[in-house]
Amino acid sequence: MRDLFRGELVRITSEEPEARAKVEVFWQRDTEFHRLADADPTRMESEKKLREWFEKQNENGFKPERYSFAVRTLAEDQHIGFFVLWLDLIHNEAWVGIGIGDREFWGKGYGTDMMKLCLQYAFTELNVHRVSLGLHEYNPRALRSYEKAGFRLEGRTRKDLNREGKRYDSLWMGILHDEWMQMQNGDQQ
Amino acid sequence: MNDILKGSLVQLGAVDPEEYSRAFSQWRRDSELMRLMDTSEVMLRSQKDSQKWIEKELEDQDVNQYMFTIRTLTEDKFIGDIGLYVVNWSGRDAFVGLGIGERDFWGRGYGTDAMKVILRYAFMEVNLKRVTLTVFEYNPRAVRSYEKVGFRHEGRQRGFLNREGKRWDMLFMGILCEEWMNLQKKENI
Amino acid sequence: MFDIQTQLFEGKDVRLGPIDHQKDPEIESKWTHDSEFMRMMEISPARPMSAAIIKKQYEKLEKQIDESKNLYHFAIRAKEDDRLIGKADVQWIEWTNGNGWIQLGIGSAEDRRKGYGSQVLRMLTRFAFAELNLFRVSARIPEYNEAAIALFKKFGFEEEVRRRQALDRDGRRWDLLVFGLLNSDWQNRAGA
Repeated sequence: MRDLFRGELVRITSEEPEARAKVEVFWQRDTEFHRLADADPTRMESEKKLREWFEKQNENGFKPERYSFAVRTLAEDQHIGFFVLWLDLIHNEAWVGIGIGDREFWGKGYGTDMMKLCLQYAFTELNVHRVSLGLHEYNPRALRSYEKAGFRLEGRTRKDLNREGKRYDSLWMGILHDEWMQMQNGDQQ
Repeated sequence: MNDILKGSLVQLGAVDPEEYSRAFSQWRRDSELMRLMDTSEVMLRSQKDSQKWIEKELEDQDVNQYMFTIRTLTEDKFIGDIGLYVVNWSGRDAFVGLGIGERDFWGRGYGTDAMKVILRYAFMEVNLKRVTLTVFEYNPRAVRSYEKVGFRHEGRQRGFLNREGKRWDMLFMGILCEEWMNLQKKENI
Repeated sequence: MFDIQTQLFEGKDVRLGPIDHQKDPEIESKWTHDSEFMRMMEISPARPMSAAIIKKQYEKLEKQIDESKNLYHFAIRAKEDDRLIGKADVQWIEWTNGNGWIQLGIGSAEDRRKGYGSQVLRMLTRFAFAELNLFRVSARIPEYNEAAIALFKKFGFEEEVRRRQALDRDGRRWDLLVFGLLNSDWQNRAGA
């Protein structure tokens, strides 16, 4: 049985409200990070408010609809990012939210490693049928990374996002269980 | 898309708190019924009390719980209730609980029909992979009904119940989605 | 073109109105017992609900409308006798991006196939574009809902996303489609 929580560059750990809030306060100062990750307006929130929000997610204990992880580098145990899987239990689908808040770690393979752990977890532990995600058309680096991970572009909602006076499409991607399995088997040959 | 909650003798319907609590405070007076259905000590309960309880239950109806009334097709008579309770999304397994409160409808196939309907709902709408139930060893009529529907014996908790000065076993039965699908195929030949 | 004198909520045979807390729960409760309708309207499991529960849901809904400020709910009523025949929403509105999602359903089977869906969609799109000033609207439709697909296409919605095998229903997988309409497309079809 593979190690679900350890990749080649990073390891994944539990989301700790206090630790996450502390580091998120720094990440949110990088508005490019927010604008790549989210569709809602960039803003600043207090550490207290952030911590309370994360605490609220887990206040009733384990929820089978949300699996959230903190991502730390293997080399120096730095908290560089996160990913979260939201499940539609009935249809057995997971939506991914993933990000590296510390731009020092962009474009160096950390994202690829994180996504690998994320999909492994989703398909071999949560046994989902498909994993979905969305991204903005102005994020080509993410698009390439997700395509490499096996996601297929399933469409675009036109001019969905309004930023800096321009309109951008939202891209929708998805990967099916069988497609991912085939990729794994391909790797092993 | 057929009427998935309709059987050949019964229809599964919504639980109305007032109707339900009225019927239940009556049914609770039948101690034989209660001893067949419930592991806790039989006790009488006022309608007001029952209604408060059922209203709370209904508020909690989420992705994990599905509660229905059982009504006869011919006269729309409310004769009992049946529900699914998901215990484990990873294995996609739910418990089913069934009770026919109206004695006149015991041993006439109504329970069996209700169980058939809920299995179809479990496998075709909630997309579960298995359904489990427990039944007391002193309830052979129910055991036979469940066997007819396709449940298989999976084990027993010995001496689980203590009633009338004797110890009784709690039987566990289960049915898998593939088994159910095969039964449907056979019936359609 | 349209001006402020054009009625937003009055169609030829149907109108958009608020919830009637006394009369509507009973009717909507009946719809929830129609699993065919529920499976067209919702992706969550079809589940019959009593009038008492629907009444509570209406209260929650109105509270949500007040608090979230990104949701508009309409009861669809027949003009002849004001009876409730369906429901519609403009929801998940992102004001800064100017987008939102539309959904509608004619709950009573007898009232389907009479063109009411078209009248409602016409009013909803006008409301979204000419009153809420949205830049675009989307709709989420399961691939098995051919009537809805035909209706939205008629109004100029384009299929933009095909979420493969996203739905598990009736023992098989289905695609979930996202349709979209831009304000500019709608304006070009003005009068449609």
